[in-house]
Amino acid sequence: MLEIRDLHIKFHNREREAVSGVSLTIHDGEILGLVGESGSGKSVTAMSVAGLLPRKQCSYSGAIYLDGAELLHIDRKELRKKQGKAIGVVFQEPMNAMDPLMTIGKQVEEVLRIHTTCSREERKRLALEALAAVDLPDPEDIYGKYPHELSGGMLQRAMIAAAIVIRPKLLLLDEPTTALDVTIQAQILELLKRLNKESGISMLFISHNLNVVRKLCSRVAVMQRGVLVEEGDVETVFHHPQHPYTQHLIAAIPRRERKENRHGTK
Amino acid sequence: MKYAARRIASFLLTMVIVSFLAFMAFDVISGDPATALLGTEATPEAIAALRTEMGLDRPLGVRYGEWLLGFFTGDLGTSYVYHQSVSEIIAPKISVTLLLSFVSFLLILLISIPLGLSAAKRSGGALEAAGTAFNQFCMAVPPFFTGMLLSYLFGVILKWFMPGVFPDLSTDFPGAMRHIFFAAIAIAVPRIAMTVRMLKSTIQSEMRKSYVRTAISRGNDRSAVLRVHVLKNSLVPVITFLAQTMAEIVAGGIVVEQVFAIPGLGRMLVSSISNRDYPMVQAIVVILALWVVLSGTVADLVNQRIDPRLRLGGDR
Ligand SMILES: Nc1ncnc2c1ncn2[C@@H]1O[C@H](COP(=O)(O)OP(=O)(O)OP(=O)(O)O)[C@@H](O)[C@H]1O
Ligand SMILES: [Mg+2]
Repeated sequence: MLEIRDLHIKFHNREREAVSGVSLTIHDGEILGLVGESGSGKSVTAMSVAGLLPRKQCSYSGAIYLDGAELLHIDRKELRKKQGKAIGVVFQEPMNAMDPLMTIGKQVEEVLRIHTTCSREERKRLALEALAAVDLPDPEDIYGKYPHELSGGMLQRAMIAAAIVIRPKLLLLDEPTTALDVTIQAQILELLKRLNKESGISMLFISHNLNVVRKLCSRVAVMQRGVLVEEGDVETVFHHPQHPYTQHLIAAIPRRERKENRHGTK
Repeated sequence: MKYAARRIASFLLTMVIVSFLAFMAFDVISGDPATALLGTEATPEAIAALRTEMGLDRPLGVRYGEWLLGFFTGDLGTSYVYHQSVSEIIAPKISVTLLLSFVSFLLILLISIPLGLSAAKRSGGALEAAGTAFNQFCMAVPPFFTGMLLSYLFGVILKWFMPGVFPDLSTDFPGAMRHIFFAAIAIAVPRIAMTVRMLKSTIQSEMRKSYVRTAISRGNDRSAVLRVHVLKNSLVPVITFLAQTMAEIVAGGIVVEQVFAIPGLGRMLVSSISNRDYPMVQAIVVILALWVVLSGTVADLVNQRIDPRLRLGGDR
């Protein structure tokens, strides 16, 4: 459903390409993990899918197809029709990613207000449903709250609700759990897994932690300095990494965590 | 609503402190007004009698209490110079000064908001550089200079108003308004420049925040991002700034009323100071302070309505 073909992105103010020749495919209903160290180009790859590249500040080539429609070169107006509607995005720090002066409810509804003709009541009903779907207790109460009144974990759930309320085809998750503590992180991973199973929504899950990816994804792609160095079934990559960089990433995971996982969610 | 009550209480407390300081300060500098009034030739008995008559022989605290009570009932004492009730003299001047401040404020809003918004959208290029240079120039010109320039150009040369002669508000309202309008321009120019600059930088820094990216990722176009998210988030610092603008208008007004011969509070203050008319000076200083502190309080209350984070405990 999503196909990235030979993507090159170079910012004018940088020497090196941020992304050089990345090709990736996400199948229907699949969760693809994307791992790599800081600055390897994971976010830039995801942002170019979401239409969030600052086009004037960089040069780009290649192609991105979402269900056959090219995204990288389409004009802004067409792009906006896809943003939020076909592609939802969840960012790393929910506290900053939310408008501090808008209630959670209004932010969850925003996509509906922009892309649908739903009435006010209809929007509220759908928003409450989405808030319930991400396991937030008492959606009615949360609906009227402001971001500063919720914890980081709850906010991230609300961000996920805001992204899925319109049922997009693809959900881009840029390190959605990095800013959260370990228990909350595990809960969010469970939630994403369930949403994927129930609604069949495809996801691109970005993380710098291969172990986290292993809990959630069936397939994983590894990036280093803008280049895709390895791609494949998550267990295969985990147990038989081909590229030295991947081996290095795996070695960086504490041994105890590596073992735990095999019996845990698998 | 509790925060509103708290804010209003702190406003009242501030006013009490400010007025007490004003009262005390003028009590100290004024020396002995009885001597000043009667001259050094007067007999000590006559001075003592006048002191008793003026109530100056009683302690400071008592006199302040009386004065404060009077302030709330509209009794501001008697002018040493005009031998007339201060509130009667001041009342018409307050309306002139209010009018001048109001027109200045309106000019600032009407001109700087559209300019600030369009400056925020544009960045880079020769036009921006020229705009910034012009802006800095406007900021640097003091109101009295603009005032003299405007008086000369529109008063002396074009004769759109008569410099030095302020028409009576009640008989020639349009004439008075024309006069006030040019004075208001003189006050507004540097403040417009500052407001444009602060609007531009506030909006641009909001635009770089992370929630803007989220808004774009949901399919908002630029103008919707601005309308729905950024403007509201820019409002709090802007409103705080506008409250400071109120204070600046008052300060600018004192000078500009001189230049344009506008019979307002500022002009009265200056002449009362040189006449050592302390009841008058006290009253005007406290009224101006009330104006400034009140606009700050209103700004805080409005900001608390806009930003729920400000409603959490404390005054800030
Ligand atoms: N707006 C931009 N302008 C210039 N350079 C940028 C911009 N955004 C990203 N880059 C550069 O592109 C490269 C890739 O950045 P990217 O954010 O994709 O890394 P990442 O893999 O997501 O890292 P992290 O784990 O830290 O999020 C980095 O070298 C970064 O400095
Ligand atoms: Mg990143």
